[in-house]
Amino acid sequence: MDFALTDEQRMLEDTLTRLVADQVYPEQRRAMLAAAPNGSSVLWRTFAELGLLHMPFSEDVGGLGGDGTDLMIIMQAFGRGLVPEPYLAGLVLPGQLLALTANSEQQTRWLAPLLEGEHQLALAWQEVGARYDAFSVATQATQQDGQWQLTGRKDVVLNLEAAAATLVTARLANGKLGVFIVPADAPGTSTNLYRTIDDQPAGDLTLDSVTLPLTNCLSEDVSDVLAEVLAVGRAALCAQAIGAMEEACDQTLAYLKERKQFGLPLSTFQALQHRMVDMHLHLEQSRSMAILAATSLALPASERDYKVAAAKAYCGESARFIAEQAIQLHGAIGMTEECYVANYAKHLVMFDHYLGDSDYHLETVSDLLTAA
Amino acid sequence: MNLTFSPEEQAFREQLRRFLADALPSDISQRVRLGRHLRADDYLRWQNILSKQGWLASNWPKEFGGPGWGPVQRHIFDEECAAAHAPTVVPFGVNMVAPVIMKFGTVEQQQHYLPRILSNQDWWCQGYSEPGAGSDLAGLNTRAVRDGDHYIVNGQKTWTTLGQHANKLFCLVRTDPDAKKQAGISFLLIDMQIPGVTVRPIITLDGAHEVNEIFLDNVRVPVDNRVGEEGQGWTCAKFLLTHERTGIAGLGHAKQALRHLKSLASRIQHRGKPLMELPSFRQRVVKAELELMALEVTNLRVLAAARDGGVPGAESSLLKVRGSELRQELSELTRRALGPAALPFFPDFLHGDDSLDDERTQKASASAQYFNRRKLSIYGGANEIQKSIVAKTILNM
Repeated sequence: MDFALTDEQRMLEDTLTRLVADQVYPEQRRAMLAAAPNGSSVLWRTFAELGLLHMPFSEDVGGLGGDGTDLMIIMQAFGRGLVPEPYLAGLVLPGQLLALTANSEQQTRWLAPLLEGEHQLALAWQEVGARYDAFSVATQATQQDGQWQLTGRKDVVLNLEAAAATLVTARLANGKLGVFIVPADAPGTSTNLYRTIDDQPAGDLTLDSVTLPLTNCLSEDVSDVLAEVLAVGRAALCAQAIGAMEEACDQTLAYLKERKQFGLPLSTFQALQHRMVDMHLHLEQSRSMAILAATSLALPASERDYKVAAAKAYCGESARFIAEQAIQLHGAIGMTEECYVANYAKHLVMFDHYLGDSDYHLETVSDLLTAA
Repeated sequence: MNLTFSPEEQAFREQLRRFLADALPSDISQRVRLGRHLRADDYLRWQNILSKQGWLASNWPKEFGGPGWGPVQRHIFDEECAAAHAPTVVPFGVNMVAPVIMKFGTVEQQQHYLPRILSNQDWWCQGYSEPGAGSDLAGLNTRAVRDGDHYIVNGQKTWTTLGQHANKLFCLVRTDPDAKKQAGISFLLIDMQIPGVTVRPIITLDGAHEVNEIFLDNVRVPVDNRVGEEGQGWTCAKFLLTHERTGIAGLGHAKQALRHLKSLASRIQHRGKPLMELPSFRQRVVKAELELMALEVTNLRVLAAARDGGVPGAESSLLKVRGSELRQELSELTRRALGPAALPFFPDFLHGDDSLDDERTQKASASAQYFNRRKLSIYGGANEIQKSIVAKTILNM
């Protein structure tokens, strides 16, 4: 048993803490979001220089072989600064899927430039009416005349606009789930772009008889790999939420100490002290769950999914509690767009809508519990 | 004991339903139903219809031009309006400043202001909170200095709801900085068109422009615009707050939100079945249903006491706490029900006239409303303040 970070991990943590403190703060966030929609921001180039784009990938695909803990360190720092760069949606998720399925030509064409920061990708796994179930897929892929043809619609695809290509899951004629590389300019694709309420660029992707060469098929049976990739994503989201929860708690505590009403700092009122303690408890319990998720990624699938689902469910509840209390303890100022904590609160509440909410993951835990 | 409404009250409800079905413009109710923001004109059109019917000032006695309804009728009115997706009447004139003017104002003030409120000639807003005086309202610093038959007012008010549309501001100011905190406060009526009044928008986290800050810079207010005696402002303020908190449970809105949630969760599919059949989700809906049942009866108990001559007191604090918590939980469940569809944000649809496809139209406001409803436990006296009131006045702690 060892909760200590290695020397390298401590260095990574220090570097990221400095990077986030120096370069990303809420005033700049909106400007950054508006200025760099094509994934070519200064910060992304810094990520490349620091090796962050190679970090989460195994050495046999040219990565640095970082593990769940390394990913947790990175995501937690990004959560702390609400870093808008699509590190998870544009790099980790599609990159892991490529790393686990692509042949060497596909790696050269799509994965290598991703790790070099030359392009970004997206992963389209979600469909209307399927809620959070990645395996309820109506998009069809059929093979004819030595080509694949895809038809269907993907919902709320993160980083869709910036992606050079989107990895799209589709149902094959034999009932298995396949995954395909759909370049942004493929004829037959159309997009409806928007931002999410927590300010992430996203869109819907419609595929109308999109024709792809055989080499654009990554896998004709991707279910197990997709589950693995989504587990990585869920653990990463938990870590990111921990960073945001830390910051929301810190900002709230600082506000309680500074704001005076009835001639006294709010931090002297016992009812508010206890509320602040409850927030802290939620944070620490969630941190434990996020560590559990980060260190479970290499376990056998059912054990991994059980622990990751438990962590995602737990963090989802805590994230909302902390967000709501952070607003309430700030009072009306916490409801304003200008207030930093409001941005963190939005992120923390919407955390539950990415890669499955706590109800969804409690069902998974409950299913696996019965089986055990 | 008997919890049913009398035949007269039921007939009254039927009459309201028929009126709402006929008179409420469908474009306005549609906007309310979809959770889109209302324009000034939407409010005014509806309030003019109510005014013509004689129902705008539902809480006014007949002598001032109100319908003379009792608390039970007002409750039925609020409930039916919410069920029909009618806009909430902007309360600052009819429900807030008007009762103060009736109780503490001069005959001249009553004759001047009340008809203008009834005819929607004036749009009032509230100058209570300040940057340094929120929960501690009596800590306000806006200063009014006597200069002949005028006050010179300097200071800043904030969280002024819909102040961007208003032409009149009722305002708590400090007229005596040496008196005890509450004793040095006076209640002024300020014309917002006079020099020195500046309104600036505050954008909330749901992207809405609902509240404002108001800067008062050497604003000359005639002494005749003071309501009550100099230094009596706190009495007016407290009187107004009891009116503000009546109906603050938002029962009609909660009922409407629960109906909407159930219909949504019955239509949304989760693993091939309606979401309402998912036990963990269903249980939370059922709990909200129970809380609503309890709140409704508690509300009726308070109403019955008020009808029989009691004054709404600290009980309204209990209603405010539970009502706001319930409405927040319902907004949470509605957002949650949508799953990934809660993520996309379409500000130009919510604030403006943009259209969306049918499916998105129904779902577009859920997350923004969830964030907007955070205000319910903050405004009108934060829930923490309400609990302190209950501790002090009901429990004598």
